[in-house]
Amino acid sequence: MSLSLDEVGRIARLARIALTPKEAERIREELNGILDFVAQLQAIDTAGVIPMAHAVDVVQRLREDCVTEADRREDFLAIAPEAEAGLYLVPKVIE
Amino acid sequence: MSQWEVVIGLETHVQLLTKSKIFSGAATAFGAEPNRQACAVDIALPGVLPVLNRAAVVCAIKFGLAVGAKIAPRSVFARKNYFYPDLPKGYQISQYETPVVAGGGLSIRVGEQEKFVRLVRAHLEEDAGKSLHEDFHGKTGIDLNRAGTPLLEIVSEPDLRSSAEAVAYAKALHSLVTWIGICDGNLQEGSFRVDANVSVRRPGAPFGTRREIKNLNSFRFLQQAIDYEVAWQINELEEGRAIHQATVLFDPASGETRAMRSKEDAHDYRYFPDPDLLPLEITPQWIEEVKAALPELPQAMRERFQADYGLSAYDASTLTATREMARYFEETVAAAGKENAKLCANWVMGELAARLNREELDIAAVPLAPALLAGLIRRIADGTLSSKLAKEVFEALWNGEGQDADAIIEARGLKQVSDAAAIEPIIDAVIAAQPKSVEEFRAGKEKALNALVGQVMKATQGKANPQQVGELLRKKLAAN
Repeated sequence: MSLSLDEVGRIARLARIALTPKEAERIREELNGILDFVAQLQAIDTAGVIPMAHAVDVVQRLREDCVTEADRREDFLAIAPEAEAGLYLVPKVIE
Repeated sequence: MSQWEVVIGLETHVQLLTKSKIFSGAATAFGAEPNRQACAVDIALPGVLPVLNRAAVVCAIKFGLAVGAKIAPRSVFARKNYFYPDLPKGYQISQYETPVVAGGGLSIRVGEQEKFVRLVRAHLEEDAGKSLHEDFHGKTGIDLNRAGTPLLEIVSEPDLRSSAEAVAYAKALHSLVTWIGICDGNLQEGSFRVDANVSVRRPGAPFGTRREIKNLNSFRFLQQAIDYEVAWQINELEEGRAIHQATVLFDPASGETRAMRSKEDAHDYRYFPDPDLLPLEITPQWIEEVKAALPELPQAMRERFQADYGLSAYDASTLTATREMARYFEETVAAAGKENAKLCANWVMGELAARLNREELDIAAVPLAPALLAGLIRRIADGTLSSKLAKEVFEALWNGEGQDADAIIEARGLKQVSDAAAIEPIIDAVIAAQPKSVEEFRAGKEKALNALVGQVMKATQGKANPQQVGELLRKKLAAN
């Protein structure tokens, strides 16, 4: 499998990463290397093997339904680039 | 219009009734000041880790049991990746390939028609925050209180064939999730939000291309949005244009749906298992524990009401609209006697419901205890009260006058007089005083009898039993 430069551009866009043409070429080679590695894994017959969702074979520990977090709004707002009226401010988003 | 078949599937986001968030210990209470219930996990500060809330899983198990679905012994959380400022991590934790609940379904009723709607799945996920687009010097304000609130997303099969069926399904689902106590059902606060996937096709043809109407938070908007969308799609197709898959929003002001600006690559969420969360294991023993604590479900209760109390399907389904209503009815029957169940049903659905409606009260806040209503019903059943007097006693009980129905009857002297010996002299007097009506009745005019009954009722101040008076009058008039 080999990615085109267009596909690299799309992946970068989805991840909000800006790439120069030179970087795109280098990333394309790296990604193709990873895909070659995956292709080797895919060649193995895994019929009947339960897909592994996590590297550690233990199950999720659960938390009791209790409110344990205090309100630390002022601390958090203080480290935000911009805040007003208790809100985080971000560049205008319009649907 | 008639040659088109409408195909609808609904995706419903049900906000789960937990005290804390799905992956953090921040509170979920509605209406807090912005960002006061958003902790380090919810705002995605570096280094934080999610820990799953047991109560959210219990809600999912309850739902799975209530719809007869399969509950996955092992399910996996996945990251759904997209960028939006009210999603601070850059991904939403959801479930993708292995949801916690799979299959099942629920019965809906449209008019006389009953229909089983199949479910595809239900999965646990976290809600996003809120973007406030009012002007903050050209910026958008972000409130992350809602971020991390537990949701169960319930996906139906495309089994619905009209907006009426879609509304019936949404209402049945709403009733069920509040019944089993996993959601407060508050539509205004966004606790129950519906997305509708709508397409049209020629009967027998493959499914048409669907458009998804997002975020409908009222049953009325759901109906209006689907009706508009269906008419729009049919018009497009009949004019030779194709439908393109899109996400649309419903504008309640204009009653129209319109496409959101289609974001390129918007649907490429690049799901992958979340390495921060281990697989969720649900043992058969845990399922049994939850099952044991589950209340009797509305469907089972409807069937029992019909079998045990001889109620009609309609009465049984009206009385099981909410758990509080059903409980009130059953407590009334328990106190009034099973033989009076139909009378209890009539009073709960009639006088009581009308009164609650008029005063905009929920049945949970009814001032009249079931035992008091039962006391009244017993006095109707044994003939002490006519229906007219019963309404007067009901009014007094509602207003908290008197200890119980018997005390009110006693204090106001409302007892229906059914002793023939006491009524006969009055009847004789009325016959003597109304020769014209008597003559008319004897000439075959049935209506004249009503006038005579009315006179007797007036003379007894409404305490006589009108049916008995009618019979006595007939007997006397026939004899003379």
